[in-house]
Amino acid sequence: MTERSPREKRDPLARKKARHVSPATRSRAMHAMSARAAQGRFVLQVCTDCDKATYPPRDACPYCWGELVWQDRPNGAEILCETIIRTSTDLYFRDHLPWRMGKVALDAGPVALVHLHQDLGVNDRAAVRLMLDRGGNAALFALPPTGEIDMTDPQLREFTVPVAGKTVLVSDASSAIGLAVVKALHDAGAGLIIAGMLPPERLTDQKHPILNLDGVQPVPLDIVDQVSLSEALSKVGGPLDIVINTARHVRGGGVSEQANIVEQRRAFDVSAIGFTRLAQACAPMLAGRSHGAFVDLISSDALAGATDNAAFAAAEAARLSLLQSFRHEMRSTGVRVLSVFTGPVEDEHHQPVPPPKVAPARLAAAIVDALHQGREQSCVGDVASDAMARWLSDPMLYAREKNL
Amino acid sequence: MNRTPAPYDGVAVCAPVTAPYVRFSPESAHWWAGKLLRQLAEDTGFGPADIDGFCFASFSAGPDTAVGLTQHLGLTPRWLDHLPTGGASGVMALRRAARAVQCGDAEIVVCLAADTNQIDSFRHSLANFSRFSQDAVYPYGFGGPNATFALITDAYMRAFGVTREDFGKLCVAQRANAMSNPLALQRRPLSLEAYLAARPIADPVHLFDCVMPCAGAEAFIVTTPEIAKARGLAAASVLATIERHNAFPEDPVQLRGGWAMDIDQFWASAGISPADVDSLQVYDDYPVIVAMQLADLGFCKQDEVADFIRRTSFDIDGDLPLNTNGGQLSAGQAGAAGGFQNMTEGLRQILRQPLGDQVPNAEISVVSGFGLVNYDRGICTGAAALRAMK
Amino acid sequence: MNTATNPALAAMLGDIACGAIRVIDLTNILSSDFPVIVLPSEFGQCEPFRMETVSRYDGNGPAWYWNNISMNEHTGTHFDAPAHWITGRDIPNGTVDAIPAEDFIHPAVVIDIADEAAADDDFIVTRGFLEEWEKQNGAIPARHWVLLRSNWSKRVGTLSYLNLKDDGAHSPGPDADAMRFLVHERDCIGLGVETVGTDAGQASLFDEPLPAHSILHGNGRFGLQCLTNLDQLPVFGSVIVATPLKIKGGSGSPLRVIAMAPSKD
Repeated sequence: MTERSPREKRDPLARKKARHVSPATRSRAMHAMSARAAQGRFVLQVCTDCDKATYPPRDACPYCWGELVWQDRPNGAEILCETIIRTSTDLYFRDHLPWRMGKVALDAGPVALVHLHQDLGVNDRAAVRLMLDRGGNAALFALPPTGEIDMTDPQLREFTVPVAGKTVLVSDASSAIGLAVVKALHDAGAGLIIAGMLPPERLTDQKHPILNLDGVQPVPLDIVDQVSLSEALSKVGGPLDIVINTARHVRGGGVSEQANIVEQRRAFDVSAIGFTRLAQACAPMLAGRSHGAFVDLISSDALAGATDNAAFAAAEAARLSLLQSFRHEMRSTGVRVLSVFTGPVEDEHHQPVPPPKVAPARLAAAIVDALHQGREQSCVGDVASDAMARWLSDPMLYAREKNL
Repeated sequence: MNRTPAPYDGVAVCAPVTAPYVRFSPESAHWWAGKLLRQLAEDTGFGPADIDGFCFASFSAGPDTAVGLTQHLGLTPRWLDHLPTGGASGVMALRRAARAVQCGDAEIVVCLAADTNQIDSFRHSLANFSRFSQDAVYPYGFGGPNATFALITDAYMRAFGVTREDFGKLCVAQRANAMSNPLALQRRPLSLEAYLAARPIADPVHLFDCVMPCAGAEAFIVTTPEIAKARGLAAASVLATIERHNAFPEDPVQLRGGWAMDIDQFWASAGISPADVDSLQVYDDYPVIVAMQLADLGFCKQDEVADFIRRTSFDIDGDLPLNTNGGQLSAGQAGAAGGFQNMTEGLRQILRQPLGDQVPNAEISVVSGFGLVNYDRGICTGAAALRAMK
Repeated sequence: MNTATNPALAAMLGDIACGAIRVIDLTNILSSDFPVIVLPSEFGQCEPFRMETVSRYDGNGPAWYWNNISMNEHTGTHFDAPAHWITGRDIPNGTVDAIPAEDFIHPAVVIDIADEAAADDDFIVTRGFLEEWEKQNGAIPARHWVLLRSNWSKRVGTLSYLNLKDDGAHSPGPDADAMRFLVHERDCIGLGVETVGTDAGQASLFDEPLPAHSILHGNGRFGLQCLTNLDQLPVFGSVIVATPLKIKGGSGSPLRVIAMAPSKD
């Protein structure tokens, strides 16, 4: 067994640390860049006429006044100059000084100001990653181009969600997905994992080896039930850093055909109302944390419906909508709201579905990776990736094809 | 390829006025403008009805512009301009007003810059400075102009072998010049040792490389030689001016400014050479920009800047009297008025109305402006050569 | 107008007031964590109790406190009407709203199976067991609730209440012969149990599956589930008051069940 990172201890008399976020005002063009950064892409605006890339985001090509479109571009760069900022009037950066930044010449063309990883200096080659800062907006971060990246860089940590030593709540740990997530968090060194057990429980559940791992604490939890949620959270005791919402209610059925209103209601209760309850209850706890995060596991069926799982897809669509609002609410607190999209999972709920399906362990690894990369939106597996790509390119066509 | 600009015949520049700066002021930019106009009236005898041209620059007059100022201050001009070019606005006000007077669109143009500095207002004006800054500068540590110029300074030192000692020499000389200026906010002697030992702000920029934001106002009048003479006002003529925006956009880091594009034409139009300059008043938000201008304005070659600084004296009685009021680095940076300060000081030296010590036998001043860090560099540059009228 | 209470009722009230008649609450607390029956996943599931605060002296109602509640008809301590089962679908007045009010008050006989259930989670009450019980305690009188005291209520709050294992729930209950005996030969009003269903946990696997539900309701009898405090009742001599909500066409209802029993001394 790996050594558990010690859980954080605090001075009980110290006043609560105020949490600030990085400056958040952005142009519409920059928001477009952030929307792509959320997907983990490195994009620049490129002119449809002269094919030159430009940065910072503009509304017209500065070379020929042609139209600009967002394109994935190579992210190599060379560092031109650097500085260490030691004073700032901004409350967020004052909390994190000194701050290293620099200017790079991107292989793609433009020069750009960047956050500098501690292992980089002037004239070094760098890989520039488009990451989301504490305010949820895209920022360029220059990282070493090869080899293992030192994730303990204090600036880089501001862009990611460390798991080691953190207290994590898994809303439904009794499912195959939930168990895999608990295992992955444990392997990533989480300090305490509160494993929500959806009632009714089997007597044997408590003997499950994953739920008996060091640092795992099962508690009964049905996020649909306010009382259950309150009681589960009351057992967290210390600070809560990360919430991973694995709760879902996968049932087949259409709208007019084989519709089961009871199951449909349950699906909405879990995906939508349950999500809201969980988010509402946990948000203040997460907001006080240095690296608070809420990860939501969501079906790619949320994007355009699913004839065979109509209610589930609709409930997941409701969840997606709530997630957007919740993410916006959390931006001012610095809490990251990450969504991990998946297609059918290799579990008991997807027995009639042919492959490809996503193994729970892979899903769990993707959740931990999304945290470590601070990636707002991830797609796990071919089905979800394909769904996202088709939805992004032509939502109406995709909705039509998906429901044929 | 550029058409040669017409000479500034029939134009006189006079009446430099400075409202004493303060570090923080609860008053508005309008108040500072009014205070300065009153001072101008006392100096010149011009009242509101006399002024038929008004050119205004400010960062803190919002939501008002020059338009609001006319009604606020009781002006009825037939020519009006509002300049958003900040540190370059003094030279640009001169250019515009001079042509207006020359062509008869106005006769008495007051060029005025006023800015207040309330506690915490600097942070707010920074945060809303420009779209590129909001998108691509402030999110990277929010170091403000210090960080932007730290990057420029870092690259400049690497490119041309300029050292902190070289920048220190410029700052120390300006402080020495400031000591005779009763209006300068910082007049305590500064040694090179103290300069070098100062705390870092954004490496390699240290404390004495930075200006002190403050409140204040500056103004001058552009009119005809006849009117200046009738009023008994000492005046200067305009030998030449240049202006450029967003020069050399392909330079990865700003190692030269827009002056370099037009400097040959500048000296040719003025009919003088750098050696003829008696007082040089360059924009000095950071010493790297002073160094840059020494080369871009033609006083030395770009790659010889370090050597030029080492062998030149910049004191009031030195080889090249530089920023003789102390510049913004010692007198303070009163927002857009900082872009007027070199105009008023350049005028004062050749009109023999100095705030502090007089540059001996000063006849010709060269004044430059540099403004608006929209993203990673200053966008607006300008320069003017002035000669005292006999 | 005669304001005097009927002498019999007055006597009863007097006995309650002086303690000669004890009133015993046989109801479990209705809470969201109280377990509900779990059916195999191909069937629709029973909704547990849910409570949502509408206001509590706050912005949504400054002077009042109230909640929205929701649940299945068969949640918590609850009553099964004949219409609950397919065998009872044609029984006249088989839904809770139609059951005559006098059927809500009946005497009870308490059969103690606590030791047997403690020894065997799947203890089956057979006709033989009941006949042996009658030899020890006397005949089960007609028109009585038959209450099985299994002490299962003591397990409330633990996983051993539903007692779910990989092969399903494990809890005691009657077999078909026992049910036929109680219904046809003892003319019982219904069967009351401490477990979550009148049938045993494994009763769906019996040769005659789910006999309690099937036989009780097919013959117009009732069920009471999730009872508690049966250990405080005498074997004979108690009276049960069980009044389900008057749900239109309802198959059952959560309810407050009370018993009246003579003082023990």
